[in-house]
Amino acid sequence: MSLTTNSNALAEKLQSRDATREPAWVRNLLITIALIFFLSCLILPLILVFVEAFKQGVAVYFQALINPDTLSAVKLTLLTAAIAVPLNVVFGVAAAWSVAKFNFRGKSILTTIIDIPFSVSPVIAGMMLVLIFGTQGWMGSWLMDHDIKVLYAVPAIVLATIFITVPFVARELIPLMEAQGTEEEEAAIVLGASGWQTFCKVTLPNIKWGLIYGVILCNARAMGEFGAVSVVSGHIRGETNTLPLHVEILYNEYTFSAAFAVSSLLALLAIVTLILKTWVEIRQEKQNKRNEESQVS
Amino acid sequence: MSQRSRVLPGFGLSLGFTLAYLSLIVLIPLSAVFIKSLGIGWDGLWEILSSERILKSLQLSFSAALIAALVNVVFGLLLAWCLVRYSFPGKRIIDALVDLPFALPTAVAGIALTSLYAPTGWIGQYLEPIGIKVAYTPIGITLALIFIGLPFVVRTVQPVLSDMETELEEAASALGANRFQIITKIILPILFPALLTGFALAFARGVGEYGSVIFIAGNQPYETEIAPLMIISRLEEYDYAGATTIAVVMLLISFAILFLINLLQAWASRRTGRTAP
Repeated sequence: MSLTTNSNALAEKLQSRDATREPAWVRNLLITIALIFFLSCLILPLILVFVEAFKQGVAVYFQALINPDTLSAVKLTLLTAAIAVPLNVVFGVAAAWSVAKFNFRGKSILTTIIDIPFSVSPVIAGMMLVLIFGTQGWMGSWLMDHDIKVLYAVPAIVLATIFITVPFVARELIPLMEAQGTEEEEAAIVLGASGWQTFCKVTLPNIKWGLIYGVILCNARAMGEFGAVSVVSGHIRGETNTLPLHVEILYNEYTFSAAFAVSSLLALLAIVTLILKTWVEIRQEKQNKRNEESQVS
Repeated sequence: MSQRSRVLPGFGLSLGFTLAYLSLIVLIPLSAVFIKSLGIGWDGLWEILSSERILKSLQLSFSAALIAALVNVVFGLLLAWCLVRYSFPGKRIIDALVDLPFALPTAVAGIALTSLYAPTGWIGQYLEPIGIKVAYTPIGITLALIFIGLPFVVRTVQPVLSDMETELEEAASALGANRFQIITKIILPILFPALLTGFALAFARGVGEYGSVIFIAGNQPYETEIAPLMIISRLEEYDYAGATTIAVVMLLISFAILFLINLLQAWASRRTGRTAP
């Protein structure tokens, strides 16, 4: 009897004090501050890109886009991503397979090394390549003798982009594959599947969404990288300009409408990236739920 | 070696490829920086570092990154809190847009922020009359770094906050704690390791950031030149020794600060019995 009165009193006390939630006015104030910060810092810049791009009319906008220099920048950006992303996917899968499925000494050192490109300034990443391939660099005179151009040409742009985007796929896959363990693969091997079959039929379907997620982020960064590429590109119009570098040149020449028109392409890329990312997240949640359900049953 | 590694194939191949790839792409190029710096010698190092212009740029890069990361801790926590605990219209869209700074190329962010906060810009025109100059000042640099660093804090705090049991808060409330006490004594200590991780990531990114800062900075010597810009201008003058020295100093200070944060992290998780994400 006394127990119920006690708990009733407690419940009343809880209700009246309501110390697990903020009062409504505090809640609304916090949401308002967060939204104002969010709008002025993140959303306005995005809107501004499109407004400025169309400021001088649709004709000027499309003229900036079909300009030969812009088109060659689009081509170089696509080419760079088409080389860098697949290489980093192969690396990411190999790194995740060795780190997540096996035990070996120095594993934590390996994962730390994989993360290095995230904590190195992109400018320093570009500088490394100058130190190696520049005329005074390690390989500079050898490259000159053999008439191979790396620095201020496409190879250095691709190398810089690969360095910057190394961790994306691996970082996404390692925790995922660690959480999934090795039992399913072991079962496949015991039942007589080859290593390659096991990977394609067992592992790949399990990591599919994580892999796609990593590719989306890796691709966005590869196409948008500025600092590292800027150091090694040489800024030759129509030859070694990627889209972000082309934006810089147009902006510094005070052709703002053209700069923002080209920027709008990259902003669209960002929006598509975010939409795909959200879609993959939803699919991933669904897959997780299904896995949990099948484990319960 | 555990037994499972003998059942599954491909260990040698995958690890071998991983190590070869990392060596070629990351380790050998990075070692080039340190080997180059060894050739400069102490005297050369001092000479380069005693240049006031370089010192000022290092000071600016680190202090702007520090302030931006602190601002991000406050607003990142606020944003994560609103996204996890409250419901409001457009929440799903805002949640997705938090990652915009990761997806938007930095050069685009740079020119957009500059146009926004320039004296004639959408926001700048209201700040100019009250005497606040944002574009082409250290404030503008910090603002760009806030833009770049925000998702790091939100995305490390958010999962911890949504995993947090409300039972703890209910228990504290039943024991007589008020809301302020619950937030300062229970919620913040639990979030501390995640906040620290977010801070470290935002700070590390901010120190090295180039693309989003370079347009809004104005790049006045001694005043708004960031350290990465100094590296680039040294490289353009073929002063590889100078560029390398600035780079090595930046790398060493960054690694030292990240190491300190790791120590703090370990201490905090021992105290609260939780590990950072």
